[in-house]
Amino acid sequence: MSRMETIAPPRPQVSASARVESGSVKVRARAVSVFYGEKQALFDVSLDMPEKSVSALIGPSGCGKSTFLRSINRMNDTIPGCRVTGEIAIDGDNINDKSVDPVLLRAQVGMVFQKPNPFPKSIFDNVAYGVRLHGLAESKRDLDQIVETSLIKAGLWDEVKDRLSASGMSLSGGQQQRLVIARAIAINPEIILMDEPCSALDPIATAKIEELIDELKTNFCIIIVTHSMAQAARVSQQTAFFHLGKLIEFGPTEQVFTNPRDTRTQDYITGRFG
Amino acid sequence: MTTAAGKSLIGTRKPHLADSSFRVSLYVAGAVVVVVLASILLIMFMGGRQAFETFGLGFVWSTEWNPVTSVYGALPAITGTLITAFTAILIAWPIGFGIAFFLTEICPLSLRAPLGIAIELLAAIPSIVYGMWGFFVLAPFMADNVQPWLTELFAWLPPVGDSFFWFSAPPLGVGLMTASLVLAVMILPFIAATSRDVMLSTPQLLKDGAYAMGATRWETLTGVVIPAVRGSLFGAVFLGLGRALGETMAIVFVIGNATRMPDSLFAPSASIASVVANNFPEAEPGSIQLAVLLGLGFILFVVSFGVLALARLLLRQERMA
Amino acid sequence: MKTLAPHTKARHFRRQAIDMFMSGLCIAAAGIGLIMLALILWMLFSKGAAGLSLDVFTKPMSSTGTGGGLANAIVGSLIQVGIGSMIGAPLGMMVGVYLSEVGKNSRFASIVRFVNDILLSAPSVLIGLFVYQVAVAPFGSFSGIAGALALALLAMPVVARTTEDILRLVPQAYRDGAIALGSRENEVVRKVILPAAFGGILTGILLAVARIAGETAPLIFTSLGNTNWSTDLTKPMASLPIAIYRYAGSPSADLIQLAWTGALLITVGVLMLNVVSRISLAAMRRG
Repeated sequence: MSRMETIAPPRPQVSASARVESGSVKVRARAVSVFYGEKQALFDVSLDMPEKSVSALIGPSGCGKSTFLRSINRMNDTIPGCRVTGEIAIDGDNINDKSVDPVLLRAQVGMVFQKPNPFPKSIFDNVAYGVRLHGLAESKRDLDQIVETSLIKAGLWDEVKDRLSASGMSLSGGQQQRLVIARAIAINPEIILMDEPCSALDPIATAKIEELIDELKTNFCIIIVTHSMAQAARVSQQTAFFHLGKLIEFGPTEQVFTNPRDTRTQDYITGRFG
Repeated sequence: MTTAAGKSLIGTRKPHLADSSFRVSLYVAGAVVVVVLASILLIMFMGGRQAFETFGLGFVWSTEWNPVTSVYGALPAITGTLITAFTAILIAWPIGFGIAFFLTEICPLSLRAPLGIAIELLAAIPSIVYGMWGFFVLAPFMADNVQPWLTELFAWLPPVGDSFFWFSAPPLGVGLMTASLVLAVMILPFIAATSRDVMLSTPQLLKDGAYAMGATRWETLTGVVIPAVRGSLFGAVFLGLGRALGETMAIVFVIGNATRMPDSLFAPSASIASVVANNFPEAEPGSIQLAVLLGLGFILFVVSFGVLALARLLLRQERMA
Repeated sequence: MKTLAPHTKARHFRRQAIDMFMSGLCIAAAGIGLIMLALILWMLFSKGAAGLSLDVFTKPMSSTGTGGGLANAIVGSLIQVGIGSMIGAPLGMMVGVYLSEVGKNSRFASIVRFVNDILLSAPSVLIGLFVYQVAVAPFGSFSGIAGALALALLAMPVVARTTEDILRLVPQAYRDGAIALGSRENEVVRKVILPAAFGGILTGILLAVARIAGETAPLIFTSLGNTNWSTDLTKPMASLPIAIYRYAGSPSADLIQLAWTGALLITVGVLMLNVVSRISLAAMRRG
């Protein structure tokens, strides 16, 4: 991405939806710190992300934005030696509580990764994977219906409806990423985490994904990590800027990009570092 | 075009002596590998030709092995080889696979490296050590404890045909079952280490995808990891099978060395490798006995070649992907 | 968070139970496997160590069935493994260099690589029979050199494989840099690639030595074994594995004890070679 894009003005937003104190908080983080062994990767992060909108996490590489994202569905649990402290609450329930099973949590929080990672299965089986796992379909017809709806929502149905039994790996990169999004929304999560979902895609595929994100926000709370400030400006309603493992600034996207409160944010979005 | 020294570069492009002799010697080394394999095959076949000519196809199919009358059929040894190798795989594969899953997903991080190295080191122990353990420890234990118990437990099993009685046999301690167990213990670290390497080769991104969908460890393994590396996992098992088929020292003490068709899983028997090792001292150069042993070697070579080739193809297929 | 439908909860419970059960089985498998192997090692160490004495290293094998040591077998093993490595290692290195630097993905290289992989795990008893036919039968005598030749054939594919793997780790930039400076192909390999990968290749050779040091079956057909002192390469020569093989099957308690001690010596040697090569390999990967 060229620096020029960062100058592009963010789309005007209805600022009401960006008000984080509006009572529609979906994900609330309080004093979240993450350690990899002895090394601390994230320091005391607190922020509220509202439902039915897109929150972007930006910042230079190694700033902790992906680490924070992965603590929202406790993916950090799968990394040996990783420890998370503080509280992350979804609808007020602390997900780090002992009684919460990460397996069930992840059934309610979808995730899309940097590179498309379809399973070595057919397109149909990829989308049906989580549905079958969690027993969400009552019949074969029900399953077919869920798969179709998910693929339609992910904007992929027209391209693959004639070859649902083809391998998921046979699709192009952009199609694979939409397949993975369809897989995530098939289990009807409330939150979708996206970790730089367009970093491996070309500009046309990126545009399609961004369009999709815009549609999905009517139903889901979307939290997206991105390297591209232009992308953050285009798709998000609120933006959090991370630097060296700390949250520097969080607010409505328009304000963060046009009138940042912190000089570090300003330096970053004007391309002085990062 | 001229260089600084005024010497023209044009026309200097001719084969450089050091470079071409360098290349030729490397090609020769590569050719040696192929020549060795081809000569093994050829020498075994030429040496064993007398056996194939004397006994015809019966050499492979005949069950009679009688040094007194000089009648040699390979079927008892082939049967013993196949039974021991497959039983060993049947025992070692699930355990080795379990160890691999334990080492990649369950084991605490601090123990993964040391346990993994321990397994790899065990795979390097010379097979004769396993053979001695089988002879001095396992065989007496089988005779005293395991065999009488199993014989009683499975007394109800009907025999196969009128000559194979499953677990009923005098408790000698040596025989097919003991040999299979020793082989299983010997190839266990090998299968565990190879399967672990294969499982580790699964991209983390793929596993993350399954975990993020709310899959458990076991569901991630069966639903995503295994489908992604199925071929290589089979390759690892076939590699273990290849080892078991040709192993000599681990079983020569415990198989019982009776070259006849086994009448039970505890019967003293023989494998191709054990027959070759045991009968070699009596086989004079030029004799039919030696031809028989070389013919047996040829059969073993063909079988192992097939199994190993399959293993390598399966392992390579995924390495490319 | 959403509350879950009851059937999803029941399903979830079942899934967790399966996960726990299968994980438990795997832990049990690991436990059984490791305990089993630990018992074998423990038995080897306790039985083998009981017979350790200076005599083992100073006296040759006895022909009478009592007393004696393993000195000639140790020396015989060192000679055969030494010569075997000296033949097999350079050959294997050249094959590895060919595969990585010259042949690469050509058709012939693919065949060589495939055949080398087959040889890597071919039954060693067949290598013994083969060398018997070409280097023992024609000369009418078992010999130390035939044993060394069999071991060389077993070492070659191991060295070839590790050399190729290590050379592939050498950054392409080294090659490009040397070529851009006008080096010839053989100079690139000799002066840049091989020195850069030297440690790794040495490690591969150590692993090959460890592999052939414990080989017994091929020696039965080639160097045969010898209870007397002999360093004549054209005559039958003693070796530790053969001594163990003969003594373990003997009725004499003294000789069985010597077999255990010999097995301990070989195992310790093989494991030490493995540990050293692994440590150096790990150090290189980090460095």
